Amino acid sequence: MENELLIVQNFYAGFGRCNILKDINFTVYQNKITAIMGPSGCGKTTMIRCINRMHEFSPGATYSGKILLHGEDIYSMNPILVRRKIGMVFQRPNPFPTMSIYDNVISGFILNGIKLQKQEKDKIVINSLKKVGLWEEVKDSLHRRGTFLSGGQQQRLCIARALAMNPDVILLDEPTSSLDPKSTLMIEKLLEELKQTTTIIIVTHNTAQAARISDYVAFLYLGELIEYGATKKIFTAPEHKKTEEYLTGKFS
Amino acid sequence: MMETINKRIFKDRLFTIIVVVLAFTACLPLLGILTFVIKNGLSAINVEFFIRLPKPVGEHGGGISNAIIGTFIVVLIAFIIATPVSLLTGVYLSENRKSVFSEVLRVSIDVLASIPSIVIGIIAYLWIVKPMKSFSALSGGCALAMIMLPVIIKSTEETLNMLPLTLREASFALGVPYYRTILKVIIPAGLSGIITGILIAIARIAGETAPLLFTAFGNPFMNFNITKPVNTLPLVVFNYSTSPYEQWHTIAWAAALVLLIIVFTFTLIARIISKKWKTSF
Repeated sequence: MENELLIVQNFYAGFGRCNILKDINFTVYQNKITAIMGPSGCGKTTMIRCINRMHEFSPGATYSGKILLHGEDIYSMNPILVRRKIGMVFQRPNPFPTMSIYDNVISGFILNGIKLQKQEKDKIVINSLKKVGLWEEVKDSLHRRGTFLSGGQQQRLCIARALAMNPDVILLDEPTSSLDPKSTLMIEKLLEELKQTTTIIIVTHNTAQAARISDYVAFLYLGELIEYGATKKIFTAPEHKKTEEYLTGKFS
Repeated sequence: MMETINKRIFKDRLFTIIVVVLAFTACLPLLGILTFVIKNGLSAINVEFFIRLPKPVGEHGGGISNAIIGTFIVVLIAFIIATPVSLLTGVYLSENRKSVFSEVLRVSIDVLASIPSIVIGIIAYLWIVKPMKSFSALSGGCALAMIMLPVIIKSTEETLNMLPLTLREASFALGVPYYRTILKVIIPAGLSGIITGILIAIARIAGETAPLLFTAFGNPFMNFNITKPVNTLPLVVFNYSTSPYEQWHTIAWAAALVLLIIVFTFTLIARIISKKWKTSF
């Protein structure tokens, strides 16, 4: 069954007078991977940053329209609560440099001042690290700084950090663009396992990646949603000429 | 062909030599000062010098324990006053880089930094010494705090400006409120730079003399009361070196040596902290 989890309705966003996103509408389904793809500067990152209200931190950010999570508009909710329900992983791995691997995983709790019992902490750390396949690699160095890890490991640590908060949705903003092919493959595999328990929205400039891992795909071009649908259908029989041109590499 | 390469190698060597010689020249004044101060002051330094009080003219021996303690008291007062204010100002400036108020603040801080220290001394005299009707360690500490402020503010702002934006985004994305992000993520990440700035500011004010002439004033006795005049190392150097007695000149040199050692220690600790505790990203 496909449950609607997140609905984007007539959404506009931009910076100052410059409009980036124009009238975006799409629906994200529970336990699926939704990819947002498109050429550079098409508004992919802006789109994903609107979903957890990070967009409004940018100077001069503007937005209108609705994004419904479980039927409730996130723009009428407290942004802090929105961000706890919708986790995010960034383009470059950004573990907290002053924290150990252990503390990085539960940093969402530490930084928010949520007190946990030692056993609870251990459980969350072990579960989250196991989910991202990092447990075996770091179980002997949990109290070393997170920044000692390799780029791919750091990125998985950041995914674990987001997972530890048990979010409804995880947003990934080109999570593999600064990683080597091996780490990329590992993260792609990981995402397919993670969708059993959570919903994933991933931004990618790599059409092959979108084809490999996503269930649904949105194609953005110059701030407009050109096409949205099941990945299989879009990659085999796109309705729009632009989509076909993009997928066949006529522009990028 | 061969000739031009040889020419280039020659030019390269020449340039290297010039750079090394000039770099060494930059160190010369320091070496000169150090050897001179050590040569003149070392003879007066012994254990008594650190634990005894000054003796009247003509009597041998005696020490400057009151001035060493006094220096620490005055610097501590300055540190307690200046650090919280300048830390928060630095955070504000780094967080609000473009606001009009930030610009006004930056200009004011630059002006404050360029005020001669003797003027700050006079101001502290008028504002604190006169109303309290007494020279005091407190007024000296306040004067030094004013000198400390711009140094710490600048170093804090610059340290925090260098932190990557992704760090704060990571925190915000976890639903961490703004003030907690500042306290728990931004400041800890910049801590080594902030502490380095504070230590360098301490090293800078420990040797200030002019503002203390009107405020801490000097005192031949040991004093722990911050509302009473207190002796400090720079004041010992000033008062003893301007005296007509040969024996006091030696004490002035020795006090200068102690002051130099204290300042170097702080500078050294600052360098070690900025290297060792550096947060890597």
